[in-house]
Amino acid sequence: MAFALVDCESFYASCERIFRPDLKNVPIVVLSNNDGCVIARSTEAKKMGIAMGVPWFKVRESFLKQNGKVFSSNFTFYGDISARVMNILEGFVPRVEIYSIDEAFLDLDTLKQNYNLYDFGCHIRSLVRQWTGIPVRIGIAPNKTLSKIAINEIKRKNIPTSVIDLSNEKQIKIALQHTPVGKVWGVGRRLNDHLNNAGINTALDLANVNPQNIRKKFSVVLERTVRELRGERCLNIEDDISSKKQIVVSRSFGERVSNLETLKPIVSNFAVRAAEKLRSERQKCSQVSVFVRTSPFNKNKPQHSDLRTIGLITPTNDTRDILTAAKKGLLPIFRSGYDYAKAGIILNKFTNEHVKQHSLFKDPNDPKQNTKLMKYLDQMNSYETQIYYASQNTKKWSPMRQNMTSPKYTTNWYDLPKVN
Amino acid sequence: MKVDYIGKISEENLPAIFVPYFLESVHAGFPSPASDYIESPIDLNKHLIKNGAATFLVRAQGQSMVGSGITDQAVLIVDRSIKPSHNSIVVATIDGEFVCKRLKLKPRMCLMPENPEYPPIFINSGQELEIVGTVTAAINKF
Repeated sequence: MAFALVDCESFYASCERIFRPDLKNVPIVVLSNNDGCVIARSTEAKKMGIAMGVPWFKVRESFLKQNGKVFSSNFTFYGDISARVMNILEGFVPRVEIYSIDEAFLDLDTLKQNYNLYDFGCHIRSLVRQWTGIPVRIGIAPNKTLSKIAINEIKRKNIPTSVIDLSNEKQIKIALQHTPVGKVWGVGRRLNDHLNNAGINTALDLANVNPQNIRKKFSVVLERTVRELRGERCLNIEDDISSKKQIVVSRSFGERVSNLETLKPIVSNFAVRAAEKLRSERQKCSQVSVFVRTSPFNKNKPQHSDLRTIGLITPTNDTRDILTAAKKGLLPIFRSGYDYAKAGIILNKFTNEHVKQHSLFKDPNDPKQNTKLMKYLDQMNSYETQIYYASQNTKKWSPMRQNMTSPKYTTNWYDLPKVN
Repeated sequence: MKVDYIGKISEENLPAIFVPYFLESVHAGFPSPASDYIESPIDLNKHLIKNGAATFLVRAQGQSMVGSGITDQAVLIVDRSIKPSHNSIVVATIDGEFVCKRLKLKPRMCLMPENPEYPPIFINSGQELEIVGTVTAAINKF
C-alpha cells in the first residue's frame, strides 16, 4: 500500500528556466500580481536568503546587485507546463489527484506487486525532467500525510536523486522526529501554537498522542492526521474534482485609488470576472462580499480596511445580480480620504446550477431567470472581451503594474522561443 | 363509443420525453455505400504531434539549416521524448543559447549546419552541450 506525492521543485522559477538556457544556475525570483511579493524562488535565490512572501521592494536592490533575475508571474505559461506534467503522471498511474498547480498524489496500489517503488519514482522523475524540463521531488509513503513528510525529508537530507521511499517504520520514526509539528500537513499556525503549548513540538510527539484524546481536545480532522502519522490510511485519492466552495477575485492596484468614481468600475470588473468563474463551475451563489483595503506598507498614511457581505435570498449566477450586490456592498464601506491599494469580490454559499429553490418571499434583489443571455455573453467573451457592462472599466481590467513578464512561450504564436 | 375532443396536441403540451421522428428517410434500396467508410477529417495536430506533453513549438531564425528544408522563420516541432541518434535534427543548448542543427555522433561529435557557409560546431572541453529534443517536422509558410 503506497502513495506518492510528486512535487515540482521551485515550480514557477523552473518554468522560467525552460526556454532560457542562459539562466542555468542564475538565482530567479517570481513576483505576485503587481510585482508585490516574492512568490517563488530558485534554489540559488533561497540560498541568498530571499524569504518566501517577502515584499519585492525590500530585497530588490541586493538581489539585482548579485545578478539575480526577476520575473512578474506568467500564469498562462505556468498553467500550460503544469498540465503537461500532470498529463505525463496520468499516463503512468490510473489514479492521480491533482492537488495544486505543482503537486499531485499518485495511488501506487494499482502497480504490479514486487515493483520497486524507489526505482519507479526515479523513472518518473527522469522522464518528467526530460519531457518538460521540470525537476520534481517524489515522496513515497503509506499514506498522504506521510508522503508530505517524505517530501520534507528529501529537502532536509538534500537527497541527490530527489526520490525517497519512506516505508519502513524506523525510517518513518526518524523522519517524524525531525519534522516540526507545524510542518505537518493540515497543521496551521494557530493549531501549531496550541500544540506547542500542550508540549507537542515534533510530528513524532503528535503521532504518540492517543488519537481519541486528540479528537476530544481538538478535532476529528486532527485525529485523522494522527492516525495517518501512525501509518494508517484515512485519506484516499480524490480523483473527482470536487466543486469549489468559494470564488475570490481580487487584485492589488498598481496605483493607489482614492476616489469612488475610479474604484467602482474596478470592482465591477472583479464582479464580472467572478460571475464568469461561477458559471464555468456550474454553480450559483447566495452571498456576495466586497472588500477594500489600504496598503499596510504605507505606514505614514491613514489605514482603512472593510468588508461587507450581501446575502441573496435566491441563488444566482447572473452577472447583473452580482454587479448589483457588489455595488450595494461597496458603497457603505468606501471612505474618502484613503489611498486604497486593494479590493476584491468573494462569492460564497454555492448551490448547484440546476437545483431550483423557490422562496416564499420575493427576493428584493430579484435574480434574473434569463440564463441564455449569460451563455451567449460567455461564448462571445471567451476569446477576447467584446461586450462590457456599463459599470465596467473597459480600458484597464485593474490598474496593474507588472512589466517583467516572460513571453507566453507555449500558448501564443508570436511568443514562440527562438532557435538559431 | 363516445369520443370527446379535448384539444389539439402541440409540441409544448407533449410530455418532456417523446420519441423523435427519424430525421432521415429510410430508403428501401441499398444503404449509402460510403456509410461504412466515414472517417474524421484530417487533423494536422494528430499527424505532426505524437506526444503532446513533451512537444514544444519553436521558431527557427536564420539560414543555417536551409539544406534540410528549414527556412528562416519556420516553425519547428520539437519532441523532447524522442532520443536523438546520429543524423537527427535536434534543438540543443550550447553556451546558454538554443540552436537547431543536425547531430553527428561520428567520426567526432558535432552539430552540423546544413549550409556550406556555416561551420560545424564542435564541442570543446569545458563547453556544455545539452540536447533538448528532436525536431520531427518544420512548417515553412510561403
